[in-house]
Amino acid sequence: MSSRRSSPYAGVPGWVVAVAIVGASFVVLPLVAMITRVNWGEFIPLITSESSVDALWLSLRTSLAATALCVVLGVPMAIVLARTEFWGQKILRSLVLLPLVLPPVVGGIALLYTFGRRGLLGQSFEAFGVTIAFSTTAVVLAQTFVALPFLVLSLEGALRTVGTRYEAVGATLGARPTTVLRRITLPLVLPALISGAVLSFARALGEFGATLTFAGSLQGVTRTLPLEIYLQRETDPDAAVALSLVLVVVAVIVVAIAHQAGERNGVGFGRRRDS
Amino acid sequence: MRRRTTIATAAMAAAMTLALAACASGGASSDAPATTAAPSPSAAALEGSITVYAAASLTSTFTELATRFEAAHPGVTVELNFAGSSDLVTQITEGAPADVFASADEKNMAKLTDVGLIDAAVPVDFATNVLQIAVPPTNPAGVASFADLAEPDTKVVICAAQVPCGAATVKVEEATGVTLSPVSEESSVTDVLGKVASGEADAGLVYVTDVAAAGDTVRGIAFDESGEAVNVYPIAPVTATKNPDAAQAFIDFVTGGVGQGVLAAAGFGTP
Repeated sequence: MSSRRSSPYAGVPGWVVAVAIVGASFVVLPLVAMITRVNWGEFIPLITSESSVDALWLSLRTSLAATALCVVLGVPMAIVLARTEFWGQKILRSLVLLPLVLPPVVGGIALLYTFGRRGLLGQSFEAFGVTIAFSTTAVVLAQTFVALPFLVLSLEGALRTVGTRYEAVGATLGARPTTVLRRITLPLVLPALISGAVLSFARALGEFGATLTFAGSLQGVTRTLPLEIYLQRETDPDAAVALSLVLVVVAVIVVAIAHQAGERNGVGFGRRRDS
Repeated sequence: MRRRTTIATAAMAAAMTLALAACASGGASSDAPATTAAPSPSAAALEGSITVYAAASLTSTFTELATRFEAAHPGVTVELNFAGSSDLVTQITEGAPADVFASADEKNMAKLTDVGLIDAAVPVDFATNVLQIAVPPTNPAGVASFADLAEPDTKVVICAAQVPCGAATVKVEEATGVTLSPVSEESSVTDVLGKVASGEADAGLVYVTDVAAAGDTVRGIAFDESGEAVNVYPIAPVTATKNPDAAQAFIDFVTGGVGQGVLAAAGFGTP
């Protein structure tokens, strides 16, 4: 970080730096304020209680599953949106990105009417003996719903930025579409894919509204860390603050790991900043 | 470049407007009661504004009572803030400008009397509430009694033990010896009702007033054992109130004939 700061970055007006500092403190100050409220004497017992560990473990598992689902579904979506043209594409893109602006509770209600017991698809699932509501699957679906646009958005942008020149060359040399995708397109946009996946994971980890509305809240099954924090706040604010801190630390670690992974591959965020 | 400047200016302007608005409203609320309190000590000429913090389950009744109170005392404006009782306690503890606090249980009222934000001697019980079974209108699982909720195929949603309706559920379970295995423990009555109304759950346990307020979306099934967990609603003026006369008048209104009538019509019991 320090080596990069010395790079010749002249010409930033002083007022820009001033506003940037105000912006940074706006984000950092509330976190500091929260840390000042942590009851350190009780911290370890609070975060190692059975319900806390269950919630953390469930959050990590479901967020990872949701991220995998986002990659599996989101990469083809981004490629189709970036590389093809068809009637109604703009409308489709706006619809796909809708969960970004939709209040998560609305997403939860929509999922309920789709996968719920009396929902559009849920009724058929029920006939096969598959129940989604109140299950861990419901949590993963809710998280995927809200996190998917992050992956599609960042990947589609990257696909448009790198352009189609290399892909065209590959194709003229006789590579099939799948080979071009695997050997040229995906390696080119790998940094964006990683950062998109990290964003999706972070969004899934913080997901609250859709889970609460759609999946319910039961220890070890559907009560993720944000739901546990919300519930603990009712009776034990100390536990809520301690768990909030855990969530913040997990989020910071995830972002740091992704950052490292990106830089080691030589295609990380740092490289992109220089270009 | 010019565009960026415009955005920055707009952002700064917005921030300053907010700051000014905060100053203005703060000034108004602290001035108004001061000027009214001095010249008119008689209760007949109440003036100013009071803010009532009331439990979420009181939303419809207190909205009606506030309108009626304002009609009876044209000089007084009643501002209402509804949320879960523990949320309201947190807000008042953090300095929110409440004049009256109406809690859904004695435990949350005690949190404020313990720290001296409310005088321990003043809270008055003004209503009671008991649990009722809520089922979808068609009652798909054929629930008829509290014991039916323990049937393995019946999907039951209850409140988590941390919130008042969940604490009441635990009490009833202990008193009846029936152990429920719910599919979900929600953090609010609304979430329980939502799952029952949508048909996701076969039954839920909420307060009788919640079932009444939900209208046709759910059906209520009363059960005898509900008497094991009677929730008592206390109300009190916040010690720091700037308008104690109006605050007390509102409390008297709630505990008086009109207030008790409105509360009884919504399904509340008398303490």
